Amino acid sequence: MATLQSLDIKRRSATTETPPSVRSSIEVAKLIDVSKCIGCKACQAACYEWNDLHEEVGINIGLYENPHDLTDKTWTLMRFTEFDNKGNLEWLIRKDGCMHCDDPGCLKACPAPGAIVQYQNGIVDFISENCIGCGYCVKGCPFNIPRISKADNKAYKCTLCSDRVSVGQAPACAKACPTQAIYFGTKEEMKVHADGRIADLKERGYQNAGLYDPPGVGGTHVMYVLHHNDQPQLYSDLPKDPKISPLVQFWKGGFKDVALFGFGLTALLGFFHYVTKGPNEVERKDEEAAKRLSGDRP
Amino acid sequence: MSEDEDKNILARYTGGARVNHWANAIILILLAISGLALFHPGLFFLTGLFGGGPETRAVHPWLGVAVLITFGGLFVRFVRYNFWEREDTKWMQRVGDVVNNKEENLPEVGRYNAGQKLVFWGMSLSIIVLFLSGIVLWDTYFAQYTTIDQKRLAAVAHALAASGMIVIVIIHIYAAIWVRGTVRAMTRGSVTGGWAWRHHRKWLKEEVAKLTNDD
Repeated sequence: MATLQSLDIKRRSATTETPPSVRSSIEVAKLIDVSKCIGCKACQAACYEWNDLHEEVGINIGLYENPHDLTDKTWTLMRFTEFDNKGNLEWLIRKDGCMHCDDPGCLKACPAPGAIVQYQNGIVDFISENCIGCGYCVKGCPFNIPRISKADNKAYKCTLCSDRVSVGQAPACAKACPTQAIYFGTKEEMKVHADGRIADLKERGYQNAGLYDPPGVGGTHVMYVLHHNDQPQLYSDLPKDPKISPLVQFWKGGFKDVALFGFGLTALLGFFHYVTKGPNEVERKDEEAAKRLSGDRP
Repeated sequence: MSEDEDKNILARYTGGARVNHWANAIILILLAISGLALFHPGLFFLTGLFGGGPETRAVHPWLGVAVLITFGGLFVRFVRYNFWEREDTKWMQRVGDVVNNKEENLPEVGRYNAGQKLVFWGMSLSIIVLFLSGIVLWDTYFAQYTTIDQKRLAAVAHALAASGMIVIVIIHIYAAIWVRGTVRAMTRGSVTGGWAWRHHRKWLKEEVAKLTNDD
């Protein structure tokens, strides 16, 4: 969705020119307090409703996750983990979806100019009309979030309700949450709020409570308050130290320029070889030698 | 053909081989253009030649399949002439004489010289790597069969092999321009006796011996 203006774009996929930078916006963030989540899935329902998405009716295989994974039509998904904490059963519920990385791997990997943009406020958005459906964003993402639609071959994920945010509204999921486990505001405000929640959790015995704002991707604009911030993997494999894969860094880094330079250099070396050494031409004596060898044969 | 009247003419490529070669060449160039369009942002405009970004993304893997098939034909036709021999190592050791057009210092060459053989095997290897990694990247049909890490590795292998292949193709094309009388082998199917004497003397002697035996 392109609901913010081009003046608000901070970064644009497959584009080398400097984006407009005359105006700056405050960075926003969504804070998901996992310790306050009751797993009601109101956020998921609100996401379907606001974005007018219609997930197919699935099958029950004995898990709470419904559907079983993120899809092109499910941009946020409640994931449930039963954790045996030394005899205490803890039900860890995490609202999964795009983290809106400050250094987005999807945007880095995308080959289509303007198919992925990052706004000044930190939201990473897919601009569908520019998407070519190659799936490179899937390879770039350290969180395994984008999904390609089988119907239209476009990539989809959470927009952080960029359309709502652009008119001063909180994302639909934050609006719908009945326990206020999802907050929305400026990134700085959210960090301050998280500090209070973390202090509270520590008082209640969660010594490792903390804020999940992974520095490997420059921080994220969706952050979690986790009771076990030392073990984020507990929460349905939330990566401990996510970063853009070194393979993607190589593939989408300087290599592509080196390769083009190499092609040009090879052609240029050929040209200069030609103008210095000249063509290798068959001489009369070669033809005569061939004739001698074959006698009178044609 | 009056210029050829006082020259011996040898057949080098059959009509089938020439059609096979040019079919492969044309598709390979389209494949490279569509691939480069998705490889470097500065070349994304090339997607316009194929009808747009999504169209380029859709057609590129099919062009790859066509290249695999046409190159497969070339491989079967020419592999028996491309096995490495002792003279090829000697030839490579004197590659300085090759680029300086001093062929009198080189060992007698059979149907293909060491450089041509390296082009043959370089193309064969890169096309295999490109096909296998390309399947991993062909999300339309094969997305569910590999992990994301495997896809990342495939993307890097695909880019490296494609870059290598493009360099080989540039060298191949330049060599045909540089060594005069070569292009007609692939366009008309024949070369002059003098060309064969100069560049592939061992092959010329074998061909002449064959004709003698046929009598």
